[in-house]
Amino acid sequence: MYFDSFTDFIDMGGHGLYVWLAYSIALVIVAFNVVSPILRKKQFIAEYRRRLKREQRLNERKASESTQ
Amino acid sequence: MAKTWKMPTWFYRLGSPRWSFEIMGKLLPWFAIAAALLMACGVVWGLAFAPADYQQGNSFRIIYIHVPSAILAQSCYMLMAVAGAVSLIWKMKVADMVAKSCAPIGATLAVLALATGAIWGKPTWGTWWVWDARLTAMLILLFLYIGVYTLHSAIENEITAGKAGAVLSLVGIVNIPIIKYSVEWWNTLHQGSTFTVTERPKMAPEMWMPLLVMVVGFYCFFTVVLMLRTRAEILEREKRSSWVKELVEAR
Repeated sequence: MYFDSFTDFIDMGGHGLYVWLAYSIALVIVAFNVVSPILRKKQFIAEYRRRLKREQRLNERKASESTQ
Repeated sequence: MAKTWKMPTWFYRLGSPRWSFEIMGKLLPWFAIAAALLMACGVVWGLAFAPADYQQGNSFRIIYIHVPSAILAQSCYMLMAVAGAVSLIWKMKVADMVAKSCAPIGATLAVLALATGAIWGKPTWGTWWVWDARLTAMLILLFLYIGVYTLHSAIENEITAGKAGAVLSLVGIVNIPIIKYSVEWWNTLHQGSTFTVTERPKMAPEMWMPLLVMVVGFYCFFTVVLMLRTRAEILEREKRSSWVKELVEAR
């Protein structure tokens, strides 16, 4: 371990603000790149399923109308 | 009789969106594990164990984010241009989807490289920004990414959008050697390369070893997010095919 104490580690020899700001931006960008495609895929599947259900209901109604 | 040129079989298989979707799904967890381990290890090593720079002090620890993101922003661009060329030449759908997926990832990586560079520049050079050759070329890279992304999303017709994006990324590739050699061609504030293929790093091993871990970790991370994005793109564009319907129904 390079630093003597945890406060030393946070302070980064007076450069704490710069170092931690850079690392937090990195964390945000990494998280965004991972989360956004996962959400997009989930959303696509949810929408697709809704559409399939709607079509199924429509087909059932048509089938019941034709038998009457 | 003229012998016809044939590409390896996997190249033709890549032309199948379904095959690509499945193979990416199988590869994803392994790259995700590698990326998580390497990046966690690299960050802890770089932040807490590597020695401080004798001139720059602890602000130099920004290098463990800055250099990998700058390298990846350029690698991502080259992949985007090559995938664009493949889609232009062989009309390969998956290549076009890869090229399209590269643009937003590359843009965020370029933003990260520029932002960390500015934050590092403040305590080191005394300024957030200078119109230096390397910095300006990197800013142009970001604009190229934004341009390609805009073309892909603004043009309704997927084929036309893909062609336009591919042409812009191929024209913009001249910027890559400019970024690389900018520190040698012009007098610049930016320091020279840390890693070169032919020479040993000028840095102490305790400093460049965590950097190497981070660079490899970033490559794995890029592979993961590119596959995630491409898979989402494949599903959306192949929504009319029966295998996507089956896949949604099986959920």
